Amino acid sequence: MLALQILIDGFAISSLYALGATGFTLIFGVSGVLNLSHGAIMVVAAVIAWAVAGNFGTGPYIGALAGVAASLVCAFVTYRVIVRPIQDSRAIPREEKEIFVLTGTLLWGIMLQEAIAYFFTNNPKTVRPLVEGVVMIAGVRTPWNEILTAGLSWAVIGLLWALVNRTRMGKRLLAASMNPRGLTLLGFEMSSIYLLVWMIYGVLAGIAGVLLGAFLGVSSDNAGTLTASAFSIVVLGGLGSVSGSLIAAYVVGYLETMTAYLVSPSIRTIPVLLLLVAVVYVRPQGLLGRR
Amino acid sequence: MARNRTFLLVAPALIVMALLPLGVGGYILGLLTVAYYTAVFAMSWDLLFGFAGEVNFGPSFLIGVGAYVAALLNHYWGWPIPACLACGAVAAVIGGAVLAVPALRLSGPYFGLITLVAVLMLQNIIVLNAGITGGEIGIDIPDVLSIDETTNYFYAFGFMVVSGGILFGLSRSPVGLILQASGQDAIEAAALGFNVAKHKLTAFCISAFFSGLAGGMLIFYMGTASVGTVVDIAVGVNVIIAAVLGGRRTILGAAVGSIFLIGANEVLRPLGQLATFVVSAVALVVILFFPGGFLGNYLHTGGRE
Repeated sequence: MLALQILIDGFAISSLYALGATGFTLIFGVSGVLNLSHGAIMVVAAVIAWAVAGNFGTGPYIGALAGVAASLVCAFVTYRVIVRPIQDSRAIPREEKEIFVLTGTLLWGIMLQEAIAYFFTNNPKTVRPLVEGVVMIAGVRTPWNEILTAGLSWAVIGLLWALVNRTRMGKRLLAASMNPRGLTLLGFEMSSIYLLVWMIYGVLAGIAGVLLGAFLGVSSDNAGTLTASAFSIVVLGGLGSVSGSLIAAYVVGYLETMTAYLVSPSIRTIPVLLLLVAVVYVRPQGLLGRR
Repeated sequence: MARNRTFLLVAPALIVMALLPLGVGGYILGLLTVAYYTAVFAMSWDLLFGFAGEVNFGPSFLIGVGAYVAALLNHYWGWPIPACLACGAVAAVIGGAVLAVPALRLSGPYFGLITLVAVLMLQNIIVLNAGITGGEIGIDIPDVLSIDETTNYFYAFGFMVVSGGILFGLSRSPVGLILQASGQDAIEAAALGFNVAKHKLTAFCISAFFSGLAGGMLIFYMGTASVGTVVDIAVGVNVIIAAVLGGRRTILGAAVGSIFLIGANEVLRPLGQLATFVVSAVALVVILFFPGGFLGNYLHTGGRE
């Protein structure tokens, strides 16, 4: 009974983690950027979805769309206003670009977080779920929303897979992650490819944010934790490896759920941190990373 | 020439700071006291990042270890303040070495992540052992440095000047040059016969020593140690912003950045919650348009002339 509960809850949480981390790892794989405003962008998506659905009475679907749109805008601004100028800047030495991108996105994340806290307070908000009601699965009360969360996460990840592996556009992304110089020599404009990646990232982070808001509820204070958990999952799976992140998301999701149910919810993140330290020391490239 | 310019910049600033208690009230002195301790945090961070080229996302791990060891010794055993401070600083160095020895094998984002995880672990340990450490609320400390604002101000001021002098001197010494070389091109530095790992470890330990000591001083000034003031990731983020804002690889810039940051937060206090937003926005603009920071251009052009 408890085992089944852990299995179901863990699956839903892990799917959500997987979706959130996929966008993060995609950006790193293709353009080498670690986006520390990731958590804040997810929070923006969730809170906008909550506000539109609740305050304007448009219903959950329009709300969710608005949330994803907000996340898309944030991703665009992150790339266009912060990441791109730093990458193009001549005043910053090449070996220091990384720290500037990290600091810049971190500051931008704080700005988003504070803006949300200012306009919508930092109280936790639960987005109205797209579907209501509960269903019994082998004696475990499971909200339909939880099933939808897992299903939708996997559907989006599947779409992304198809996009990357089955379309010409996706081939370009793959090529960009392997050899940007070669792609430039073939006459492809790198900046438009990067822009495309950031747009895909915006949609992924937006959907993950809205689903998270409907499933667990979100407060602007969660932004840092969300970034840290995406960062951990991605490092655990191997920086830039999408399939690695998917596996790592399940390891983290189940480890947290098991700790919360079997030991105590107050230490749910500790086993994950210990695992992360062990993996980074023993196998720094992560589970499926390439060096 | 560079020496001259630096001296011309620093000497009048120090004289003004030393004379400040004659002219301003206790409230401003209190703010500056905190700013000076933050300045030491930021300068230690700059030694590690600007010179050794290692991005430490968890300066508050070192600060927190120093602060909490000092606080616990004073709270439970009533050790005198200097002994607590010394033990706190040593504990921070040991903690830093335990963290750095394996972590320095890693590079870039991995090193950053490990230092970030170290902060989260420390925070979890403190909160989970709330019975001993006071948890989220914090632990009260029976002894304080002084109850007089001016005396406190001079403790902080003196501490900042001495630590700043040592860190700055170190950065301009042959050791600082080797660190800079290993930060920019570790392979070439090693090829020239320098032990890169040893120098980086030394930098980490020095950084840990001053962070831990400053953390201890700060809590003996405040009379309480809590996660929110010395361990939280937000504390570390502030230190990093201050150092980058003031100008990385200058040491002195980190101090200017900290004083600016604390001052700006205070001036913007009427804005309420938006204050953090505005400070972050200003920091972002500085990073995007003046990546050298406040002092970067001034001191570096001076060095090349």
